[in-house]
Amino acid sequence: MIRGKGDEEDYWNSSKFKAFTFDDDDEFSQLKESKKAVNSIQTLVDDDDDDDEDDVEKVGWNGEPVGSISLSIKETASRNRMSATDQELGFPKIETTMQNLSLSKQGSNYSLSSLFKGKNKMGNFQMLSECVGEIPSRHFAPELRKPKSQYKTYTLEDFRALRDKMLLLDEAVQLHNGNVITAVLIFLKKTLSKEILFRELESRQVALRHFIHYLKEMEELKLLNELLKFLGRTEEMALMQYREHLNLKDVNKKKEALKSCISLPFSAEDAGFVQDHYTLLERQIIIEANDQHMEKTGQVEVFKKNPRKAAILDMPIITTLYYSCFYHYGESEVST
Amino acid sequence: MAFHSRIDSPEIPKFSDLKRLACDQLIYLLEQLPGRKDLFIEADLMSPLDRIANVSILKQHEVDKLYRLDNKPVISSCDQLCFLIRPHIQAVKWISEIVNSDKITGKCRKYKIIFCPQKFYVCEAVLEEQGVFGDVTCDEWEFYFLPLDDDIISLELPEFFRDYFLDGDQRWVFATAKALHYFHSLFGLPLKVYGIGKCAKMTYEMWRQFIEEGEKKLSTDKTGNLFIFDRDVDFVTPLCSQVVYEGLLDDVFRIKCGSVELCSDVTASDKTIKVLLNSQDKVFNEIRNEHFSNVFGFLSQKAKNLQTAYDKRQGMDIKQMKNFVSQELKGLKQEHRLLSLHISASEYIMKRKTKLDFQELLKVEHSLLDGFNVRESISYIEEHIIRQISMFESLRLLCLLSLTENGLVSKDYRSLKSQYLQSYGIEHVLTFANLRQMGLLVEQQPGETFTAMESTVGKLVADKAVGKLTDAFSSLAKKSNFRALSKKLTLIPKSNEEYDLHSPPDMAYIFSGAYIPLSCKLIEQVLERDGWNGLEEVARMLNGNEFAVAAGGGGAGESKPKPQSSRLMFVIFLGGCTFSEISALRFLGKQKGYKFIIITTAITNSSRLLESLNDGHS
Repeated sequence: MIRGKGDEEDYWNSSKFKAFTFDDDDEFSQLKESKKAVNSIQTLVDDDDDDDEDDVEKVGWNGEPVGSISLSIKETASRNRMSATDQELGFPKIETTMQNLSLSKQGSNYSLSSLFKGKNKMGNFQMLSECVGEIPSRHFAPELRKPKSQYKTYTLEDFRALRDKMLLLDEAVQLHNGNVITAVLIFLKKTLSKEILFRELESRQVALRHFIHYLKEMEELKLLNELLKFLGRTEEMALMQYREHLNLKDVNKKKEALKSCISLPFSAEDAGFVQDHYTLLERQIIIEANDQHMEKTGQVEVFKKNPRKAAILDMPIITTLYYSCFYHYGESEVST
Repeated sequence: MAFHSRIDSPEIPKFSDLKRLACDQLIYLLEQLPGRKDLFIEADLMSPLDRIANVSILKQHEVDKLYRLDNKPVISSCDQLCFLIRPHIQAVKWISEIVNSDKITGKCRKYKIIFCPQKFYVCEAVLEEQGVFGDVTCDEWEFYFLPLDDDIISLELPEFFRDYFLDGDQRWVFATAKALHYFHSLFGLPLKVYGIGKCAKMTYEMWRQFIEEGEKKLSTDKTGNLFIFDRDVDFVTPLCSQVVYEGLLDDVFRIKCGSVELCSDVTASDKTIKVLLNSQDKVFNEIRNEHFSNVFGFLSQKAKNLQTAYDKRQGMDIKQMKNFVSQELKGLKQEHRLLSLHISASEYIMKRKTKLDFQELLKVEHSLLDGFNVRESISYIEEHIIRQISMFESLRLLCLLSLTENGLVSKDYRSLKSQYLQSYGIEHVLTFANLRQMGLLVEQQPGETFTAMESTVGKLVADKAVGKLTDAFSSLAKKSNFRALSKKLTLIPKSNEEYDLHSPPDMAYIFSGAYIPLSCKLIEQVLERDGWNGLEEVARMLNGNEFAVAAGGGGAGESKPKPQSSRLMFVIFLGGCTFSEISALRFLGKQKGYKFIIITTAITNSSRLLESLNDGHS
C-alpha cells in the first residue's frame, strides 16, 4: 500500500506513541520504540486493507514495487495449507517445541521468526526472542494449532529507514543463522543503493562475508568486483577475475582472458605467475598446433614411436619442459 | 588387541530408529504428490539415500524412474517430477531450467522440490527470479543423521567445512543446532556440554534457544555429556597420514557413507565390489582400529583358524558332516569371503604404499610434528614437488610444515610456492590464496606488520567497529601455536623405549607412537578435569571460545542422573572428523571407561579437506 501523507500524520500524532524520537541515546529503548513503531505501522496497514492486499502495490526505497515478498508469503502460506505438514508424521515433540514461542528473555528485539515461518516449512523456523506486540497482524499457518495471536508477521518492506534496516541486519547477525543473514542481505541489496550498502557492510564483518559468498554463488561478479574494489581488497578482486578464465573451454579465449588478467592488481609475486601462465599458454598453443600437424603426417620418428597421450595445452611448466625435451630434443630454439 | 567391550561400559542408544524415522518422513513427502512420478536426486544425496530408503521402497511408493540431477535436458515423459536436493543454488537453477523449457514446449507437469535438510531463502529467491516459483511445491526433508555404525553418526554435510571455515557463511549452523536438538529430544539431554571454537559456541547458543523455547515436558532424563568441537581448533590431525586400518582404507580407497568400492586390481576379478564396512563385518570390526602393522598378523592368524575349522571336516562322519554343513559352513564361508577381501585390500595397500615410499614419508611427517630436522624435511618436500609425485600429497606436506612451524619463512614460502605452481599448474595460485586465508599455509609475518595494519584500518572506521575489525583480522592471522601446545599437552610421547603397538599405552598409536592427536587429547583433558580449569593457557593458544556448562535448566523433580550415563560421551565435530580420530576416541573410551558416540558433519581426511579448498580447476 502506498502510504500517503495522511497516514503518516495520523501515525505521528497518535496517542499510542509517546516519546518516540530518533535522538534517543539509549539504544535499548530505541530498539523498543522502533519495534513498537514497526508493529503499529503493520497494524495501520492491516486496518486499512486487509482484504485487497494483493491488488495494492508496495513501493520500496528505489521506487520499485516490492509486493512480491508479501505475496510470496501468502502464496507459501496457502501452499503450506495445501501441502502436508510434518506434524502428522509423529514428530510431535519436535514440531511443538518449535511452536512454543516464549516471551523474550533479554529485552525486545525485532522478530524475524514469523517472516521466516512463511519461508521455511513448519518445523524449521528461526527461534527469535519474540517481541511483545499487542496487536496480531497477519495470521499465519493455522495448522500449527496454536492460538493465532502468538504469531506475528512482518514484511521486510516495513523496514524502510536505513537505521531500521541496519538494526535488522545486526539482529540477524546476532542469531548466527546464515540463512536469515543472507535473506536480509538480499532484501537490502534490492532496496539500497550499492554505495550505501557497501558503506554499511564495511564495518560488519559477518554480514560482509555472507554477502560476498552470496554474490559468488549467484555469479554476480560485476557487483562483487565493485564491492572488493570499494573495500580495497584488490588482490582478491584480481584473483577472482583470474579464476574466471578457468571456466573457458576454448584455448584461444583462455589466452585472451589471461592476457587481460596480467594488468590486474595482483600481489607482486602472483603477478609474475600470471604473466608466466600467459606466456606458457601462448607457447603451448603454438607447439600443439605444430605437433598435431606433425603427428598427422606420420613422418616424424619420435611421434610414431611414442604417440602422444594428451595435448600439451594447460599442462604445468615442468610437464611442458619434459614434453619438449622428449619430443623436441636437439632442435634449435623455436622462434616464438 | 581388539576393543572388546568392557563389562561396565555404558549402553549406547539404538540409532537405527533415526534411519526409520527419516525414511518414513521421506515417504510421507513423496506421497504428497500422489501418483506416478520420476525422482531426480542430487549426486551428493544418492549414497545417503541408498542407506535410508533403497530403490524397492521408493518404487513401492509410486516412484517410477530414478535419475541423477544434472545439467542435461530431461528425457522423462512422466507427468510429475520430484527433485530431492541439498539447498544448492546450482541445483535450483537446473530445476528452473527444466520447468522453463517445459513451459516453452507447452508441457504441463507437476513439480515438487524436496530440500534436504532445509530450504534456504536464497533458493526460493532463485525460483522467484527464474519465474517458476508458482509452478513448484517446496518441502523440507529433515534428514539429519546417517548412522554409519553403532557409534558414528554423520550429517553428510561435507560442504560445511568450506562454507564456514573458508567463506565464513553460517548457513549450516541452524541445521546443526536443529539436528542436535532433534537428537537429544530423542535420546535425552546431556548432563554437561563442553566445547571449543566460534562455531561450536554459535551452535550451542542456537541449540540452547531451541531448548528454552521448547516444550518443558522434554524428558528430564539426562544422559551423557556433549563435546562440541570446531575443526579449525586442530588442523594438524586430519592432515597426517593415517595408519590405522580403517583410516588407510579411507585414504587409499575413499570410504563413502560407510562402504567402500574395491576395484578390480584388488579383487583380482573383473568387477568392482562394494563392501559395507561396519561392526557387522566381524573381521573388519576386529582390525578397524588396529595399527596397520598388526593387521597382517591378525589376518593370517584368522586365516589359519579358518583353515583349521575347514579341516575339521576331514575326520567327520556323515552325521557330523551334515551338522557342520547346516550350521557352521555358512558362517565360515562368510568369514572366508570377508577375510579374503580384507587380505586383498591390505595387500593392495601395502603395494601402493611401498611404491610411494611410505616409510620415508612417515618419517618426514613425524619429524615435522616433532620439530626435528626441519631443513631436511623441507628438502624432502621440495623433491616431492619437483618430481610431481602427487598434487594433494605435496600440498598436504606444505600445510603440515606451515602449521607445525607457525608459518613458512618468507624465502621458503616463495620458493616452494613457485616450485609447486611450476609442477602442478599456475592456476593453483587460487588454492594458495584459499590456504592462506584459512591459516593452513602461511608466510611468517614480522610482528610489526600486523599491528600496523590494525591501527591504520582502525583509524578509518568508527570506534564501535574497531572491535569487530580486530576480530576479523585476528581470525585472518590466526597463529598456529602448535609447538607450544604440543609441549604443554605432551602430544609427542617420549621416545626412550620402543613404542609397543600391540598394547599401546596411549592414543599415539594411531600415528605409530609419534603423535597424540590434539583434538582427542583436548577431549581427554577436558573430560578429566570436568571443564577447562587448568587449561586456560591451552585454550588461549587455541584462540579461545571454550566453554563448559551444565546443560538444560534444573527443575524440581529432576531425575537423578545415573552414574552409568555420565560416562556416555557425545562428541560432535563441526567441519569433519577422520577415522583415526574415531579410533583414538574408541581407545580412550576403553582406557577410561567411557563410551564415545561421534557425530560429525562429515567424515574427512587430508585429501577431502584439501580438495574442498582446491580452486585450481574449472
